[in-house]
Parts: sequence; structure tokens; C-alpha cells
Amino acid sequence: MSLPGESDTGSGPVLEVEDLSVTFRGRGGLAARALDGVNLAIGAAEIVAVVGESGCGKTTLGRSILGLVRPTSGTIRFRGEPLSYAARALKRYRRDVQLVLQDPTGALNPRHSVYEAVAEGPRVHRLGDEPGRVARSLAQAGLRPPERFLLRYPHELSGGQRQRVVIAGALAVEPKVVVADEPVSSLDASVRGEILALLLRLREQLGLSLLVVTHDLGLAWNIADRIVVMYLGRVVEQGSTEQVLSHPQHPYTRALLSVVPEIEHIPSVVLSGEAPDPSRIPPGCRFHPRCPALADGTAAAAGIADDCRGRELGVLPATGDHLAACHLRPPPLHPPAALRESAG
Amino acid sequence: MAVLELRDVHLTYRTAQGPVPAVRGVDLSVDGGEVLGLAGESGCGKSSLVASVLRLQPRSATVTGQVLVGGENVQTMSWRRLRAVRWGEAAVVFQGALHSLNPIQRIGRQLVEPILLHDSAATPRTAADKVAGLLAQVGLPETHADSYPHQLSGGQKQRVMIALALTCDPQVLIADEPTTALDVMVQAQVLELLVGIARQRGMGVVIISHDLSVLATTCHRVAVMYAGRVVELGPAQELFEHARHPYVRALARAFPTIGEARSRYAPAGLPGDPPFPDRLPSGCPFHPRCADAVDECSSVDVRLRPAGPGRVAACVHVGAGVG
Repeated sequence: MSLPGESDTGSGPVLEVEDLSVTFRGRGGLAARALDGVNLAIGAAEIVAVVGESGCGKTTLGRSILGLVRPTSGTIRFRGEPLSYAARALKRYRRDVQLVLQDPTGALNPRHSVYEAVAEGPRVHRLGDEPGRVARSLAQAGLRPPERFLLRYPHELSGGQRQRVVIAGALAVEPKVVVADEPVSSLDASVRGEILALLLRLREQLGLSLLVVTHDLGLAWNIADRIVVMYLGRVVEQGSTEQVLSHPQHPYTRALLSVVPEIEHIPSVVLSGEAPDPSRIPPGCRFHPRCPALADGTAAAAGIADDCRGRELGVLPATGDHLAACHLRPPPLHPPAALRESAG
Repeated sequence: MAVLELRDVHLTYRTAQGPVPAVRGVDLSVDGGEVLGLAGESGCGKSSLVASVLRLQPRSATVTGQVLVGGENVQTMSWRRLRAVRWGEAAVVFQGALHSLNPIQRIGRQLVEPILLHDSAATPRTAADKVAGLLAQVGLPETHADSYPHQLSGGQKQRVMIALALTCDPQVLIADEPTTALDVMVQAQVLELLVGIARQRGMGVVIISHDLSVLATTCHRVAVMYAGRVVELGPAQELFEHARHPYVRALARAFPTIGEARSRYAPAGLPGDPPFPDRLPSGCPFHPRCADAVDECSSVDVRLRPAGPGRVAACVHVGAGVG
């Protein structure tokens, strides 16, 4: 049921995630809280990047949004309506929200031609004019002329072409939202830019909304309007791409940025250890055992070291200004989007 | 002194469709203590080149030129000597190798095995001591010797793979895409480890990656391959920031500088696909994709030429006052 005043074409978010938690029961009785209260919203024709290390919950978030994982609590709304898990409703929903996976070679059946791969969606959803749809989607995905590709098999295509076929398969059912899990990380460097440019073009031409799950901050800088940084099942910082990447507030975001090879003049903060275990979430701020600001005494000097270790932080709202979940009061923000212009 | 030297190495696969030249004349050298990066797209010949270093190429491949490990030609030495050189003098961490640990053997046992095989003086006790030292060197607690692979994370497994490559104290370590499957933070840790090891042991380390930006910050020098040849070689940071070859410039641009206004909403790519090794274009093999191509590029096959101190590049524009 859509609420009054909220229509399809309204400026409200296309997809909303509210206080979403997903707990997996683990062996040995330990429950893993993969998502622990996540708020997220994606507007029409908006590109949102979810970034974080393995185990931060970004993939579980993507899978929950596709209805592949049932949340333990919380709600997912598409155009204002809560996601229904009844078979028929879910099937309809999955026409609107499509998935593009990391590895196109694994995602394509080696014995299916390009035509068959792209026609599968329209066939499942009983959409008419299959050949026309397939040709149109291939052209939209940049495989032109489509006739040249219809009868080819995945092994006859380059990595970039394969990923375009996967994208065409998603486009063939005319989705409103595409969830892309690391869409370029298995591709060659030279192909990467071409695929990212395609995603930007699809947003412009088709009004597609994109949720890109990635650990690649350069990708986010290239295409995302907003960034959501996740750590251990929570959003720890969110805001516009310019704000988050140019003025990161959370020590975790700063550490992530400092190990990006292209950024100079930031002393590299290599966090010790890997993303900790979602079955053993630390008390207080969940980042505190690895936090450089706590380790170097910054937090103690600000008189909040005990808070870091023991006081739970609030959950960030889905939209609004640049926000970070950190006890440490961030330095006042510079005027927004003060980009480095000397390089241009 | 060069611990690894390649002199005019060619590698050609015989196939039913005729010969496929995968490596077409590569000259490279790596000194002890040096970290060399090797970059290029899939199919550029970098993995074939690595195979030739340990003479691991399939029977269908013919290798010409010299592959010298510690001054000895790997391609012509006796099998007996080759068995000692593999692992003892040069070791490779293959791409995706972290999945090749034996799932039902403890880490310690897998590390002890090559020591006992290669070092006739080693006893189970000295080998176990050595393993403890190696684990410490790659930053893993000694207790992980008793762990099974499934108990370790991806980054920890990659550390075990590096320890495994170090078991017989080689002079040369080649790591093929050592960080591709790993997270950013873990990636940085593993690269730091490789550089540290090269320095401490005076080993020559070769890191292969398609991510030029990773190589630029980690390596001393970087070589970029295209269609079976090195097309540019030089000090890492200089090559990344001021590439002379148009292909290398495109690769460097593929990874944006965060905060730089011009790359915002403007991902830079390189149109087209790399050529098939059996159907190389005439002239410079890159010319069909090159934005700076001129008429002579389709006919003149340019070889590496000097492009500044310690730098070479294979492009007609280099040394001609352009680029």
C-alpha cells in the first residue's frame, strides 16, 4: 500500500531500507549479526555506493534488498510499499530490482548463447517481443550492432563484453533499480572505465537507480552520488561522495582512504587485523579495537576514550547531511565540495 | 646484482591453428632487494612469461632466449638442477593460490614439507623451528601452524602462501596477482609485507597485477606489457604519473585520483579489446586502440627506445619531441 502523497514519480526514495537487521545462526550457537540496524535510501536515478571491507555486511545488504535474505527485523520498501515475500509479489518485485554480479564469467552459462542469456529474464516474466527486447537491451549495454553478438557464446567474448551481456540481461526486464556487487573488480583496468561509463549512461538515459556494493573508493569517486560506509553491520558514515571522500569524519573512513594508492600526502594508516567477526561485535563503538584515534590517544585527549569502549552509538538516518557514527567530535566542516582543483 | 634476468625471451604455443606467440622478445632484470611490478591486461603474456621463469610452460610451448636465475639458464639446465632451482632459487605464488592449500592438513605440516624435501640437512625439529620463524616473518602467530586453512581468513591464507614460497630461501619471489581477491586494507598489509621481505632478505620480488596504481606505490620499477612485449619500463612513480606510452597513460588514468575534479563522473576507459596473439595488427600492435596513432603506426613496429633516465618506451612519439 502506498501512502497518500507518495507517488511513483514523486521525489521520495525509490528504495528504502529501515532499521534492517539480519542475524545468521552460526554453528556452536554464536549468532552472527551481519546487519545490525541499517538505514538506507536510494532516490530515482541516484547512484549510491556501499563501501567497506569483507564481512562488513555490504553483500548481505545487497542480498536482503533483492529479497534473497529475509531480514530478522526492519523493513525494505520499494516505492513506499513494504517488500512482500509472497512468491508472486516477490517475482514482480524482482523485475523492478535486478542484480549484476562481480564475475561475468561465473554469472553466464557457458552453453547459453548471448541471446539465450539475455532472453531468460523476459521469458521468466512473460514479457512480449522477446527478440526486440533482447536486441534493445544489448544495444543499451553498448553491444552494437546487437545482431553481431546474438549467437555468440561467452567464451568468444572478452571480459568487458561478458559484463555487458550480464548488464543487458538485467536491463531486459526494464528494472527501476540495479544492485551491482563489485561490477568491475574482476575486469581489466582498461575495461573498467568503459563499464563505469556505461552505468552512468544508463542512469541518464533510463533513469535507473543504482546501488553499487564495492570496496573500491575510486569507483565511488567516478560514479556515485552518495557513499555509505559500513563497518560490522552498521553504517558508520554517509553523505555525498564529495563530502565523504574529501572530508572523511570517521576514523575508519579515513583509514580506508589512506590505503588507496592514488592518494598522496595522506600518511597511510594500515589497520592491524582484518574486519572482526560479526558474531563477536565489540561493546561501545564497534570500531574501537582497531581505531587509530583511540590508539594514538586522540580519543583520550578529548575525554571520550571510555565512551568509545563502552557507550553504544546511535544508528545513522538514511538521508540528510554528511554524518558519521563516532564519539569523537569531528573538526568543523570546510565549505562543502572544496575539491582539489590544482590537479585539473 | 641481478638475481633474475630475461634476455630476449620468446614463448610460442603450437596449436592446431598454427603458432601463437604469447611472449615476443622480453628483456628484464631484477636485482636482489628490488621489487619489480609487471602490469598488463589479460592475454598480454605476463603469466606465460612467469611460467618460463620456472620452466613450467606446457610441452606445446617453445621458449627461446635466456632465462637466468642467479646466472643459470633455467631453460637449458638438467632436470635434477631444475628441481633444486624451483622453490630453492625461485618461487612463485600463483594467482588464486590461496585456494590451493590442502584443506585437511594443518598449516605447519604444509610448510614443513618443502623444507624436508629440499634441504637434506633438515630434521623435523629444525624444519618446525624454521616454520615458526617464517610465520613470524609474515606476521602470523606461531600457533597458526596448528590451524587448518578454513580457520584462516583470505589475507591470512595469502600470508601462508608467501611463507610457503619462502621456505627454501629463494633469491627470487614472483607473486602473480597477490592481492586481487583481497580487501583494500588486507591488500595494503600484504603488499607492505612483500616489500619488507625483499628488503630484509635482499631478494628480488616481482609483483604482477593489472592494477597499475597498486604497483606504482609498492614497486621500485614497473614494466608494462602489451601483446607479448614490454612497452614501457621505468621507475614506478614516474611511470605512473608521467607515462610515455599511450597505453600506459590509459592504464594509469583508469584509476582516478580521489578528490580530483576532472575524474568526478568521468571514468576513463580504453575502448576496444586487446588483440589475440595469433592475429596481431600490423605495425604497433596497440595502434587500433591508440588515440595518438599517426600513419606510420600501422606499418612501423616500434621497439623500446630510451625515454629519459632509467626509462624506455615503445612508441613512435617517444624521442620525437611529442608525448
